[in-house]
Amino acid sequence: MRITVNVNGEDRTREVEPRHLLVRFLRDDLELTGTHWGCDTSNCGTCVVLMDGEPVKSCTVLAVMAAGHEIRTVEDLADGDRLDPVQQGFIEQHGLQCGFCTPGMMLTGRALLDRNPDPSDQEIREAISGQLCRCTGYLNIVRSIQWAAREQAAVAAPEAPATATATGGRA
Amino acid sequence: MTGPYDRAIVPPDRPSDPRGTGAVLKGRERAVQVPASFDYRRATSVAEALELLRRYGEEARVVAGGHSLLPMMKLRLAGPELLVDINDLHELDHIEQAGDELRIGALTRHRTLLESPLVGRCFPIVHDAEKVIADPPVRNRGTIGGSLCQADPSEDLSAVCGALHARVVIRGEGGERVVPMADFHQGPYETAVGVGEMLVQVRIPVLPGAGSAYEKVERKSGDWAVAAAGVALTLREGRIADAGVGLAAVGAGALNLDAVQELLNGREPSEALYEEAGRLASAHCSPVTDGRGSAEYKRHLAGELTRRALRRSVARARTAQGTTGEA
Repeated sequence: MRITVNVNGEDRTREVEPRHLLVRFLRDDLELTGTHWGCDTSNCGTCVVLMDGEPVKSCTVLAVMAAGHEIRTVEDLADGDRLDPVQQGFIEQHGLQCGFCTPGMMLTGRALLDRNPDPSDQEIREAISGQLCRCTGYLNIVRSIQWAAREQAAVAAPEAPATATATGGRA
Repeated sequence: MTGPYDRAIVPPDRPSDPRGTGAVLKGRERAVQVPASFDYRRATSVAEALELLRRYGEEARVVAGGHSLLPMMKLRLAGPELLVDINDLHELDHIEQAGDELRIGALTRHRTLLESPLVGRCFPIVHDAEKVIADPPVRNRGTIGGSLCQADPSEDLSAVCGALHARVVIRGEGGERVVPMADFHQGPYETAVGVGEMLVQVRIPVLPGAGSAYEKVERKSGDWAVAAAGVALTLREGRIADAGVGLAAVGAGALNLDAVQELLNGREPSEALYEEAGRLASAHCSPVTDGRGSAEYKRHLAGELTRRALRRSVARARTAQGTTGEA
């Protein structure tokens, strides 16, 4: 089947079998290997991408089902050399060690902040509850997303004190 | 067969390891979980979907969220020749009050149910359950219709709809029929939906002074239940009426526990009554020992969770009657 999927703002057309999974379409056909491929059973969540702005597990979405929809992957988070606040947050708060879960975690963080710019600790934990991290114990991931929330708020209201660079957050 | 998966993990016209990661490739066999080949059609109307289902008969399956069906296809537990994608049928994605019932379209996603204040106000049991069904990315895709049609005895919304005495609307060539939840599941993974038919709507009675609750024990966040219990009831002059009790993950046929419902109806709420109801629920289920727990433990949970759900349902019904609705 010939499908066109809007990936990171660009229409990408490919010939695929109906059984081709979205994660394979992104990684193999478009060579966007930032989306990771883990358990393949919709448990681990490392393959999370945004479909029409919301997190989905791309190992359990057929590429043909994504046709006509907007997919956003980790490759689209940074604007040129400028990192997304969520990406910067993962650096500032050591939100990763091995990095395998990181693309999915950052996309979920992005989608959460787009809907809820000031999430509570509990709301962040709930948002990432479908994604496994075996390195951080999640604490630093929560802090990273909190850091991004503060950074965004500081940028949006420049007269406010620049708390975004303050150390850590309660988690 | 000419697809890439029939020959190798990577199509032969592509370099085998473009990024040099070596993670997947290098000619190593890795058990790639990919469904067997099938045809795919994206329906543009319910009529078209029904026509496709009729033409392909037993070999066609409806796909919406796909979070039950696709894993089964990967494991070769399901092998449809045709998938009929109904994600574009927006007419099936609705929540509306019609008289004394709430009508929920089959394509309504878990997330939509969880975010609907109307659903939460009428049926707190649905919000209890939705908070613990899988995880947010899965809830973004999965639908109520898919959950019910999967007919998995461990699935939460089936027990919820059983407790709520929901009815489902099945549409086919000849029109629609309305089936009570108790008759909808005909066994594990079997429903009353026939060839050339599809589930289009779930109808739940909205009763004044109602209270409901769902109690689930799971091993980890987002997991299937070890066991779960749903209760819905109303209070009339201080006595329980319209009781519904449905269990999940303790064997098939537990979506409506008649014995427990009959015990409750007409009785005044009390700890002694909850105790008796829990004992009955525990006796009227058929759990099996598996990785989530022993049959004995699940039977214990069936009783205890029934008691807890009863307590909360009664408290919510009292609140609903005392105020104007919020539990």
